[in-house]
Amino acid sequence: MSNLKQELKENIIELLNLEEFSVEDINDNDALFGDGLGLDSIDALELMVMLDKDYGIKLTDPNEGKEIFQSIAVLADYIEKNRSK
Amino acid sequence: MKKTDQNKALNTKIAITGMGIISAIGNSVPENLEALLASRSGITSISSLQTHHANSIKVGEVKLTNTQLIDILNIPKNSVFTRTALLGLYAAKHAVSSANITSVNAYKTGFISSTSVGGMDKTERHLKEFSSNRESQKYINSHHAGDSTQKIADALGITGFVTTISTACSSAANAIMLGARLIKAGILDRVIVGGVDPLSKFTINGFKTLMILSDSDCRPFDADRTGLNLGEAAAYLVLESQDIIDKEDKKVLAYLSGYGNANDAFHQTASSENGDGAFLAMQKALKMAQLDPDEINYINAHGTATANNDLSESVAIKRVFGNSVPDFSSTKAFTGHTLAAAGAIEAVYSVLALQENVVFPNLSFKTPIATTLLHPVTTVKRKDIQNVLSNSFGFGGNCSTLIFSK
Amino acid sequence: MKACYIHSAVSISAQNTFETVFNLSESKPLTSRKANSNHPPYKTYIAPAALRRMATGVKMGVTTGKKALEKANITMPDAVLTGTGMGCIEDTETFLNTIIANEEAYLTPTSFIQSTHNTVGAQIALGLKCKAYNNTYVHGALSFESALLDAKLLINTDESQSVLVGGVDELGKEFIDYTILVEDQNNGVKVPFSEGASFFVLSSEKQEKAILLNSLKTYSNLTEQEIPKVLNAFLLENNYQTQDIDAVICGNNGSVSDSYYNQARAVFPITTSQLHYKHLFGEFFTASAIGLFLGVSILQNQHIPDALVLGDYSKNSLKTIVLYNQFNGRDHSFILLSI
Repeated sequence: MSNLKQELKENIIELLNLEEFSVEDINDNDALFGDGLGLDSIDALELMVMLDKDYGIKLTDPNEGKEIFQSIAVLADYIEKNRSK
Repeated sequence: MKKTDQNKALNTKIAITGMGIISAIGNSVPENLEALLASRSGITSISSLQTHHANSIKVGEVKLTNTQLIDILNIPKNSVFTRTALLGLYAAKHAVSSANITSVNAYKTGFISSTSVGGMDKTERHLKEFSSNRESQKYINSHHAGDSTQKIADALGITGFVTTISTACSSAANAIMLGARLIKAGILDRVIVGGVDPLSKFTINGFKTLMILSDSDCRPFDADRTGLNLGEAAAYLVLESQDIIDKEDKKVLAYLSGYGNANDAFHQTASSENGDGAFLAMQKALKMAQLDPDEINYINAHGTATANNDLSESVAIKRVFGNSVPDFSSTKAFTGHTLAAAGAIEAVYSVLALQENVVFPNLSFKTPIATTLLHPVTTVKRKDIQNVLSNSFGFGGNCSTLIFSK
Repeated sequence: MKACYIHSAVSISAQNTFETVFNLSESKPLTSRKANSNHPPYKTYIAPAALRRMATGVKMGVTTGKKALEKANITMPDAVLTGTGMGCIEDTETFLNTIIANEEAYLTPTSFIQSTHNTVGAQIALGLKCKAYNNTYVHGALSFESALLDAKLLINTDESQSVLVGGVDELGKEFIDYTILVEDQNNGVKVPFSEGASFFVLSSEKQEKAILLNSLKTYSNLTEQEIPKVLNAFLLENNYQTQDIDAVICGNNGSVSDSYYNQARAVFPITTSQLHYKHLFGEFFTASAIGLFLGVSILQNQHIPDALVLGDYSKNSLKTIVLYNQFNGRDHSFILLSI
């Protein structure tokens, strides 16, 4: 689980070009959107593709993403329960 | 010019004397009109290009293939015409002949086109052969957005002012607007304006990533709308100065009486909740046309059938028109969203609405959006129409409104 | 009709034009086939949240646009106009290659969104929260000139008091090599291909250091033989004769079509200084915006850098400059500037 969280942090920084952040800057319970990392709706679409590509989880409704992408902890938990790869 | 004369010049209506169109619902102005009056949509499964998304999207395709267009247009076999240039030339030629123009350079004549993909239809097929395949290399220089415009202008014999606009889905409205301004300023006497976009894998996949493509017929302004259908099309209008109209006693189809361009300045792709850009564009256009909101008889809305656009546009329309929103419809359920051509396609439909005194239906509408409760016109409605307002909004917050009058 | 003045000119280019005062004494002709811009540290100018999605062209455009407004003391322009020949080619290449490599699967939206031609204009509007008139021109070597013509028209007709207008193109990674291939096959462009952004603030207000943009005219197609006639008529329309012109700046790029420039240069007397710039700045569809930047700077500084002198050079005072640009014999533009 903690490996997954670490992996997610690295991938998100890389994928979303968050140059000003390092893995240490992101706490497991930090909000990813809004005041936390400041991600937006376009990032949500990027993260949905990451879920599909890396973990075999297909979301079809962007609104589903809102719940899942709350924080690294919530996201990792969702992936553990639903991953197919 | 004195200030008062100048204001008068800026407020002059611009005459529209010709139109040409090719879209999913027809290869001419009469064919488009007939389909609109018959409520016959042009949305189908995709057949013109290979895509993995073929089963999950519907599109508005032009029925003519490139080979057929090359034959009809009499284009030499060895010339390099993208589908963009072919569709554009087809519609532009129709526009010029419908305006009864025999000598294109008898007056200072310009050409302003718009496109969002440029030569992408060829680029996406040949990109990986550009470095090695001689046959593919001819499409390297046709990639940039100005290429189709230049080819169309050359074929029409226009050598002077020629340019291309690309502001995503509001492009053609801005081309029409610039044409009008150049005539008002006396820089041109006559200008052919409009836009063209073919279907491409680039745009299909692009809109797919935004999750705004519908897998069924699009439903503009419906509470349960599921996204847009992409379409391909081209349309051009001929704008002429009052001097030419007077001198040649020309028949005027309608007038462009107002226009407005504003930026939503909210988000790179999404429209703001209060529809500020759209609101400002409509307001500017009404002011220029010197019309009160209640003098608009029909709104040809942008209405793409995405969750975001239709809500934002509804809010903006209510801000401009209050509780007496005029009859409105989106014709995108007929043609699909034709991107940079949309503003010109819908300009042609606006002129037809004036000529025929008819409001075209908004197909596939059932339930109004809960927060705005706007009902578009869903069947062909005949009534006296004096002024039509047409909206075109695009990525990058680009919002434009045109007003056409008798 | 109101007169149209240029209040500020800012350029990011292959030379050091952005962060120093105008001085080309250190500049060197470009030697590689492709030359990137001399990029400033963009973090100084753009917030990280916006910067992370921006490709080179957007960064260059937003940064020069911002500085042009600052130099002209304008916080909110009445219009934002952009010209770009190839558009956002970096993101276009990225999205196109992902479509091809992944066979239309696992595509993400960012590069598609950012590939739209109006991204620079949109990002400038977004950064300023500027809801005013906004337009983008994409017509090859007339992209910038079309934007400039629109901007001038807005000022002339009093529709706007101040307009931000610029031209921007980025080199990209792949398509440029195909372009070079075609040019080499056709005895075309010999100077390096490059990139850059140049933005200007136009205003109806006459200021001390402002440069008058007298006139601008574009032609899609002209024959070489027509050039003298067209150029003379252009000057005459503005009540100038060839001997009134202190310098002519041509867009020579080493291609066979430089013959057009020879025709134009031959129109002027020996007292007119003859200048070129693409050997220092490279060729791209909106390179002519750098030509205008140089024209404005020369008039403001009353000095012609040696590196720009092509043929005859006269030390007359500098009051009036003509710019002529074309690309492979098409898309001709004539600009007249004065103080």
